[in-house]
Amino acid sequence: MNALRVSWLFFKLGVLNELQYRVNFFVSLFQAAIALVTGLVVLALVYSHTEELNGWSQPELLCVLGIQILMGGIIRTSIQPNMTRLIEDVHDGKLDYALTKPEDSQMLVSVREVRIWQVVDVFSGLVVLGVGLSRISTSVGPDDAAAFAVALLLGAVLIYCFWLFIATVAFWVVNMWHAVELFDGVFQTGRWPVGIYPPWLRVGVTFLVPIAFAVTVPAEALTSRLDWETLLFAFVFAFALFAATRWFWGFGLRRYSGASA
Amino acid sequence: MSVVPEVAPVREAGRFRSMVDLYVTTARTAVSQQFQYRTANYFYMFGMVAEPVIYLVVWTTIADQQGGSVNGLTAGYFAAYYIVWTLVRNMNIVFGAPFWEHRIREGDLNRDLLRPVLPLHYDIAYFAGWKVVVIVLWIPLAIALSFLFDPALSPNAQQVAAFAIAIWGAYLIRTMFQEALGMLCFWTTRGAAIFDLWMTLELLLSGRLVPLPLMPDWVQEISRFLPFQWAFYFPIETLVGDYSNAELVRGLLAQLLWILIGLAIFRVAWRFAIRKYSAVGG
Repeated sequence: MNALRVSWLFFKLGVLNELQYRVNFFVSLFQAAIALVTGLVVLALVYSHTEELNGWSQPELLCVLGIQILMGGIIRTSIQPNMTRLIEDVHDGKLDYALTKPEDSQMLVSVREVRIWQVVDVFSGLVVLGVGLSRISTSVGPDDAAAFAVALLLGAVLIYCFWLFIATVAFWVVNMWHAVELFDGVFQTGRWPVGIYPPWLRVGVTFLVPIAFAVTVPAEALTSRLDWETLLFAFVFAFALFAATRWFWGFGLRRYSGASA
Repeated sequence: MSVVPEVAPVREAGRFRSMVDLYVTTARTAVSQQFQYRTANYFYMFGMVAEPVIYLVVWTTIADQQGGSVNGLTAGYFAAYYIVWTLVRNMNIVFGAPFWEHRIREGDLNRDLLRPVLPLHYDIAYFAGWKVVVIVLWIPLAIALSFLFDPALSPNAQQVAAFAIAIWGAYLIRTMFQEALGMLCFWTTRGAAIFDLWMTLELLLSGRLVPLPLMPDWVQEISRFLPFQWAFYFPIETLVGDYSNAELVRGLLAQLLWILIGLAIFRVAWRFAIRKYSAVGG
């Protein structure tokens, strides 16, 4: 309970801090627009050469694109800024400031930063998703919508675990500046349904990096392709990965000896 | 009143030699520095390889669905194109425009300005040295990708030679235009939006997204008059495509032309920018 209160406080503080820089909103808006146009151009290009891609029609892939942008927004608002700060703090020895506080260290390092203007991507993703859905003939029932919400939440948890895993590696490999590029690169695989990838890569983006659960599974929920087993499996996997990451965080922390902060 | 110390003018020959010396030393420093950060460099490469692999998979899927080829381009061609892509992309990483913001904000520029030669020379030399490390690290990656995707690649000797030059041409073209674009940072602290726009144009018009023949005709027409494809599509095609010797030479000359145009733009922009500059910190 206390953890929730602390998170909420950090969230409010972060938002207030960001609200000072209003021009950043327009920069975010502009960048979101560019990203969106690029995504649409790529889709148009692909579908100018084919009718469907591995069984997915253009409006369906529009939904996948929308969910990928939306998830990207969630990641850049709250997950990524915390993880990059964690990596920097390990590098500079400033993690001591977080560790000496009486709260749970994993929770603290996960809530310290908020980039509220990146929320623009969440809305832009929702708009794309809406347009995509309106062009699909099959309607979305309440159970589909519920499955979508659950799948999206589980996807976010899985991405968080994966990011924390990478960031924890910083305890051994101190130079992790490229972690963001690594993650962004791999996250782009989410723009396409995992089914199109060759088997070795499909396993990679499903289990090594849980992009498939973060984007394809929610998209499957909305396009009536999802079965309950997959959703249940996502739930079990999220739980297992969370436990594993928590153990790994503790393990990494024991290696951290601090520096002259 | 300040005293201007008497400096003996350096003779032309000596100047040239010391310039070469500067380049070699800076490049060597970069090689030894970057080899220390092998792991970090590899992390970066792995993240980067995801992009061409995605394009490759998408276009291979389409080619397979349509009985083996899209617009006459086969799966084997796509594999070759996007594997060579990874090297050309690596050559394309230069002292980018956004770094100028950092250089100005942190006051690094003050130190650079005290040196007797333009910061441009250091950037070219340093990143050129880094490229050597990148190429060495790239080789195992290329072999692995070749096993996974089965590229159709059979260049002749002239093509290999032209490719070896063209990747450095690509490096210089992109360096010039990124440095010139970086001059915007002297006027605004929000260059990021413009750099993003530039990157997007580059993505679409350079051949980074797809081989240019897959683009609509009017896009190909536009890109003919822009520098982008000479830093991307052309170097890849020297190795993967079937250019004649004359076309190879003409392409390399076009690269040279774009390097000079980029350099000219940079010099003009630099002259105005440096007048605008006032130091912060250092």
